Amino acid sequence: MTEITIEIIKNHPKYQELVSSRSRYAWTLSVLMLLVYYTFIMIIAFKPELLAIPLYNGSVISVGIPIGITIILFSFLLTGLYVRRANSKYDLLLEELNADIKK
Amino acid sequence: MKVLVLFMCIGVFLFASGTIEGDIERQPLNISAIVMFLLFVGATLMITYWASKRTKTASDFYTAGGGITGFQNGLAIAGDYMSAASFLGISGLVYLAGYDGLIYSIGFLVGWPIILFLISERLRNLGKYTFADVASFRLKQEPIRILAAFGAIATVILYLIAQMVGSGKLIELLFGLPYEYAVILVGVLMILYVTFGGMLATTWVQIIKAGLLLSGATFMAVAVLYHFDFSFEKLFSSAVKVHDKGKDIMSPGGLVSDPVSAISLGVALMFGTAGLPHILMRFFTVSDAKEARKSVFFATGFIGYFYILTFIIGFGAIVMVLKNPEYLDLAKQAMSGGSPLIGGKNMAAIHLSHAVGGDFFLGFISAVAFATILAVVSGLTLAGASAISHDLYANVFEKGVCDEVKEMRVSKIATVLLGIIAIGLGIAFEKQNIAFVVGLAFAIAASSNFPVLFLSMFWSKLTTRGAVVGGVSGLATAIILVILGPIVWIDILGYEEAIFPYKYPALFSVTVAFVFIWLFSITDNSKRARKDKAGFMAQDIRSQTGIGAEGASSH
Repeated sequence: MTEITIEIIKNHPKYQELVSSRSRYAWTLSVLMLLVYYTFIMIIAFKPELLAIPLYNGSVISVGIPIGITIILFSFLLTGLYVRRANSKYDLLLEELNADIKK
Repeated sequence: MKVLVLFMCIGVFLFASGTIEGDIERQPLNISAIVMFLLFVGATLMITYWASKRTKTASDFYTAGGGITGFQNGLAIAGDYMSAASFLGISGLVYLAGYDGLIYSIGFLVGWPIILFLISERLRNLGKYTFADVASFRLKQEPIRILAAFGAIATVILYLIAQMVGSGKLIELLFGLPYEYAVILVGVLMILYVTFGGMLATTWVQIIKAGLLLSGATFMAVAVLYHFDFSFEKLFSSAVKVHDKGKDIMSPGGLVSDPVSAISLGVALMFGTAGLPHILMRFFTVSDAKEARKSVFFATGFIGYFYILTFIIGFGAIVMVLKNPEYLDLAKQAMSGGSPLIGGKNMAAIHLSHAVGGDFFLGFISAVAFATILAVVSGLTLAGASAISHDLYANVFEKGVCDEVKEMRVSKIATVLLGIIAIGLGIAFEKQNIAFVVGLAFAIAASSNFPVLFLSMFWSKLTTRGAVVGGVSGLATAIILVILGPIVWIDILGYEEAIFPYKYPALFSVTVAFVFIWLFSITDNSKRARKDKAGFMAQDIRSQTGIGAEGASSH
């Protein structure tokens, strides 16, 4: 990549939109994941009895089990959300940017 | 304190990655297991032959020519991650402690979304064959390559020890073969796959194994649920009835009770995963960032699904194995009570396979467990060989001017050498306590490989000096704290009390690495530092857009 193309890409509005929008989304999802995981870990470390509450009256299943399974599904859901937006919005921006630069 | 000890014991046993503790009584020859295993070996050797015809260039050898699809790579990544440790270790932990097994699974999984959001696409856009390509992109080649290669080789060898010892014991137990035969067999097969078939064969071995493991585990979980008319209430209440811990298996036990260990374990699992060379290398096998992204999506799905299965399998084992004298070590029970399993607690899933599917299915699951080790070992060796041939030989020794044919030859020699080293270490460590090795591998990956890689992509002010000083101190801190920690200091060296109280050093060693990288970068005013910083913009544009990235080769 030459100095000139770097300058062109760096100042291209589509590039700036791609970078700012994608990093905002990626960091938001990352923080969300960390927040969910470390909240879970902190409950285990400080108030594990919360997870032992029965799911409903008379059930042997604790709320901890559906919560744990939900975290697994949540992780997968987040990756799905990211991939969906990246496949449509970000790939489109990238394509347009590439087309503009070639001109 | 008691709780902490329990936490450590469980951690040790899980991190031991599929190892089976104690002396193992050799089982009678298991014919159906051997037949199924031979079928697997035959099929994979045919794939290796096919792959060898297509492995001509260095790019074919290291990355299968970049022609793997996102879905295939997702399965292969899941295959790398669903090692014998995950399958036998986590289902064994559920069997032993119930809910705590789920906590572990979640820790192993949550790193993946973060890898997707922040790392996978950039890695693909910047790298060629190894993660050192990315870390050294704008920094001075030699020192960064040496550091990265050292981190990669250390991780690979530690991991290999655990896998080889685990495989020897597992095969001794399941197939009735002597320990040394098993270790040599694994080593030789792995050398064949990697030297002849390169990444293409390694990937397909991994995919087949992942498919077999997922279908086997699905069958077991469905069989368990079928037994309870697909009612979780019935499954869990039967488990609570027979388990010694009773209702406690439905909620967190002693696994994660002190916050420092909890966070430190989380850091080790999350950052360690993002610093494992054989996992990072998988991102270069796909054609572009889009496929890299898809790989993680599929991998997360498969791994998450697999962990849900192991949870059901563990509970199934509590009900169907725990009180069945057929699976219990009666001699041990007579001596110390409880319900010790034949072969140890990691055998819960294996015994359950017999309980739900008889000898035939036991043979299938045993063969899958062996295949799992074989596949993981191949991926590890390929990553180690690439660090030696691509980073050390081609880019440090030959200063980057080296023809491909020579580089390939070196990588094949390195594979054979690593295979021999792995066999040697596997035999040498047979009777040793190796509980620390996988924990140490994760700690090194998290404290040296990851910080350097991450900051090279995200922090424009990183300099060569900062990366080297920080990477080395992270590595040293991880090793020293593991030695001074309870596993080595108390369990192996036999001292009364550990100098460093926590089993997982990652929280501390990762912090050391980041602080030192930062400090030695911002105070660096050398000519090289200016060049390092000036290179960031071009690197960032390539990492964001893929413009100028290594493409897939033509086939």
